Amino acid sequence: MSIPVLSILIFLPVAASLLVVFLKEDLAIRKVTLIASILEALAAIPLLWFEPAAGFQFVERVSWVPTWGLEYYLAVDGISILMIWLSVFTLPLCVLCSWTYIGRRIKEFHICLLLMTTACIGVFSAMDFVLFYVFWEAMLIPMYLLIAVWGGDQRRYASIKFFLYTLAGSALLLVVIVAFRVVGGTFAIPELMNSFFSFRFQFWVFLAMALAFAIKVPMFPFHTWLPAAHVQAPSAGSVILAAVLLKMGTYGFLRFCLPLAPEASAYFAPLMIGLSIASILYGGAIALGQTDIKKLVAYSSVAHMGFVTLGIFLFEQAGTQGALLQMLNHGIVTGGLFMMIGAVYERSHSREIGANLGLGKYLPAFMGFWGLFALASLGFPGTNGFVGEVLVFISAFRADTVVGLLIVPGALLGAAYMFRVSLKLAWGQPSTAASWKDLNKREWTYLVLPAVFTLVIGLAPGPFLRLMDPSINRLLNDYHTRTLKPVVASVDADSAVAGLTYARFALDFMANPDKEIPLADQVTITPQSLMLARATGNAPEREALSGIAPIVAEGAQQ
Amino acid sequence: MSDIFLLAPEGVFFLILLALFAQSALQSALAGCPWGRYVPQVTFWLPPATVFVLVVAAVGLAFSGNLFSGTYSIDAVSQFFKLAVALGFTFVVVNASRQPTLSKDRRSDYFLFMAFSAWGLMLLASANELVTMYLALELSSYSLYILIPIRERSKEAAEAGAKYILFGAAATAISLYGLSLIIAAQHTTFISQMAHLDWSFTGNPQAAAGLSLFLSGMFYKLALFPFHFWCPDVYQGSSNETAAFVATLPKLGAVVILIRLAAFLKPGLEITTILAVLSAISMTFGNLCALAQKDVKRLLGFSSVAHAGYILVGLVAGTPQGLAAAAFYSLAYVIMNLLCFWVVSRVAADGRNLQLKDLNGLYKRAPALAFSLAVGAFALVGLPPTIGFMGKLFLVSAAWNNGYNWLVIIFVLNSALAIYYYLSLVRHAYTEEEAPENAPDTSFFASAGAVVLAALALILGIVPALAFNFAVDAGAALF
Repeated sequence: MSIPVLSILIFLPVAASLLVVFLKEDLAIRKVTLIASILEALAAIPLLWFEPAAGFQFVERVSWVPTWGLEYYLAVDGISILMIWLSVFTLPLCVLCSWTYIGRRIKEFHICLLLMTTACIGVFSAMDFVLFYVFWEAMLIPMYLLIAVWGGDQRRYASIKFFLYTLAGSALLLVVIVAFRVVGGTFAIPELMNSFFSFRFQFWVFLAMALAFAIKVPMFPFHTWLPAAHVQAPSAGSVILAAVLLKMGTYGFLRFCLPLAPEASAYFAPLMIGLSIASILYGGAIALGQTDIKKLVAYSSVAHMGFVTLGIFLFEQAGTQGALLQMLNHGIVTGGLFMMIGAVYERSHSREIGANLGLGKYLPAFMGFWGLFALASLGFPGTNGFVGEVLVFISAFRADTVVGLLIVPGALLGAAYMFRVSLKLAWGQPSTAASWKDLNKREWTYLVLPAVFTLVIGLAPGPFLRLMDPSINRLLNDYHTRTLKPVVASVDADSAVAGLTYARFALDFMANPDKEIPLADQVTITPQSLMLARATGNAPEREALSGIAPIVAEGAQQ
Repeated sequence: MSDIFLLAPEGVFFLILLALFAQSALQSALAGCPWGRYVPQVTFWLPPATVFVLVVAAVGLAFSGNLFSGTYSIDAVSQFFKLAVALGFTFVVVNASRQPTLSKDRRSDYFLFMAFSAWGLMLLASANELVTMYLALELSSYSLYILIPIRERSKEAAEAGAKYILFGAAATAISLYGLSLIIAAQHTTFISQMAHLDWSFTGNPQAAAGLSLFLSGMFYKLALFPFHFWCPDVYQGSSNETAAFVATLPKLGAVVILIRLAAFLKPGLEITTILAVLSAISMTFGNLCALAQKDVKRLLGFSSVAHAGYILVGLVAGTPQGLAAAAFYSLAYVIMNLLCFWVVSRVAADGRNLQLKDLNGLYKRAPALAFSLAVGAFALVGLPPTIGFMGKLFLVSAAWNNGYNWLVIIFVLNSALAIYYYLSLVRHAYTEEEAPENAPDTSFFASAGAVVLAALALILGIVPALAFNFAVDAGAALF
């Protein structure tokens, strides 16, 4: 691969925003941004040749600050590729849904949208920890402006709250990055994934990272910035916030917490699961009481993201699949819902349920789309929401029946609040929509795309799951190997002799490079020796080693 | 190469001083005489001349040598800082060339004193011996004492000048007393010899006390807690353009001395711990005070106090990386502050003091200035992709695991604290609609200067290696 696909995706919006600076006409600005966003989508086409089994791909690695070991290092794997597609497809929808919604300071608005996209793609493709942090923080500036300039009446409060919350959360993340560099010797994430850190180190690092990511997700006690930001942000801002920004938090858990601090992740898993359940129940319960449609969807986001974090911290294949798929689904469905709220706001100039009653008769197309997204949001079979949620449910019940039972009310609440608002919107009396026009062509355009994906993922999730499966397996394999307790295992010599020899060799060599290797029936196998063997062994040895992990696991249980 | 050429940057600068002196003398001698109009305006020839110094200083980066029996060293540290001083001085001069609160007949004197102060800082960069340092420091301070009160029709400026002198005199006296203690205890004033001596309080209390007292003179220059009291008052009282000078270049002088001394202040020494504690207090105190400010220059003043604390984070690490990070951060600090003060000077086109609400709606009235102010504010917070972020990253990574991890944590938490008041600069410029009546300067000159500085802050944030490699050389040169 010689085309720098990821760099093109990152810098195309920057180039477009530089062009936009010199445009004068509002319509020209909108058109140029739209064309740029379509070009961006076209530039993402080479990513379709992604090989699920091949690990990190589309690698670009250039030295950045050689004296400090910083690199411009980009790559994607099965965990990030869906998020990159999501970011790319969000941009044209945002431009379209702001076509008439945004009426002032149009140039600055579109520059912010373009730079947002750059930062989002950067976050999901950066493989250098500092580069990741650069995009992670840079994203705050355009998002702040989107809320603070084009927001509602309380925009000042909401935008500052958003900025302070997220910046405070990520302040310690910088220290974590530096600590990883000092202890692990590199900023490169794939290399760090192959190193080992003491539990004490992992403990603190996990806490700092989890704080940053939990605020971004947001998880239950840190969620208060989200409803404020969502309600005040313009439609496009809400769409980006819901579709892409919140995913950065859960992506952070998957990319950093699990691989880099596995033992601490296991240690804190009960806490994280507890917070996830709290998010699901609390978000759902509060959403039920809202009269503002946008606030309702914002709280439903808290609940949905709770399913995602729950799926991640079950450390199990179905759960992680569900979490990753739910990240994608939530982006599509909630993005769609926010665009529809924007559309109805342009008609009624109010987001109150009471001001938007009885749309079914006058705006059938609108209600049709709303119905689809609402069903997907509550996880109705046939829609994408169902697939994601069911995978998390399966995993939860498998892990612990109590956890499974605790989140059942969450799903019921989802149905309750979504049906409540949908019924009123469709058939509420007296109707306020008598003189309104149904969806125009532009609105059709930007709603069809998410609707199609809602159904495609709902009916045929296979291709999407296959895309992420190898990466998830690798992630969980690594996780399980690393969290094994060191054991003294009596191993049947015939069963896995090649792998065992190698592991024993690795272990002995690490302890005592000069000594002759004694042969014994009993060996102590630590996660480190297994990982080291896996990292340095050749193909047949790695093959044999995969046979040894279950034996060690058995030994750990005894 | 002959030794005399090693002095090229400060030598060329000295020629400018002579020219300024001649200009000043001629102007007063020929006042009222018809030949007076043949004397060229100082604002006409000075900016190109400073650019020439900048070029010479850039060429001078490669120089190295020892002059005047080892009291004056030309090395990577001195040349890096000379370049930084030349760069800062160029922008300060261009900025001050349109000063509304400076009458025409005072201009050449004003620039003469300013140049003297900057020249002192250049000498300071090379000073490698305590007495030489002291002399260079005084050379740069004395002219500042005169510079600060020069503001038309302003009593506050006179008050600021008095404050600066009184604090300065006290700090200098303390510093001098410390110097005497050091000489008494260690029998040397050469840094190269001091590096091998015992500076622990238990081992040599007199020397440790002397060095601490000597450093307080630098803390005063740097506006580090508890020597910061002059800082917001002087910024507020002096004219916007003078404040741009006081806020930036003298700090470089203080940092270069601290860097030379920090090379032997290892972590664990009492003095190093004092530095770390002062750093923590300074950044927290500065940021907390800045939160409440309404006057933009006062706000920037307290932000300087906080940034003085930030720079010390690199110094207490006691490693070449730490010194390099501190050197780079001081350069970043100068660029960021010049940027903010440039915008302040241009928005206050009539030379008044700027309140936060005067920035309202700036995006509409002067888009280039508003954009540059946003870049400057986000750089001061330490957000990517600006030079401020890179500086912060280098400081944090140099300091981590060198015995002062608590300081690093306080440092990053402080940047979260600081966001509120820097953000309010952006908030007023971009989100407030009702604009005040006074019009900002929207000329090409104003926009171009702001955009150049903003571009510098962004480019060095994206490709920091351009400047950082020199800082790394500088840090390595002291070990």
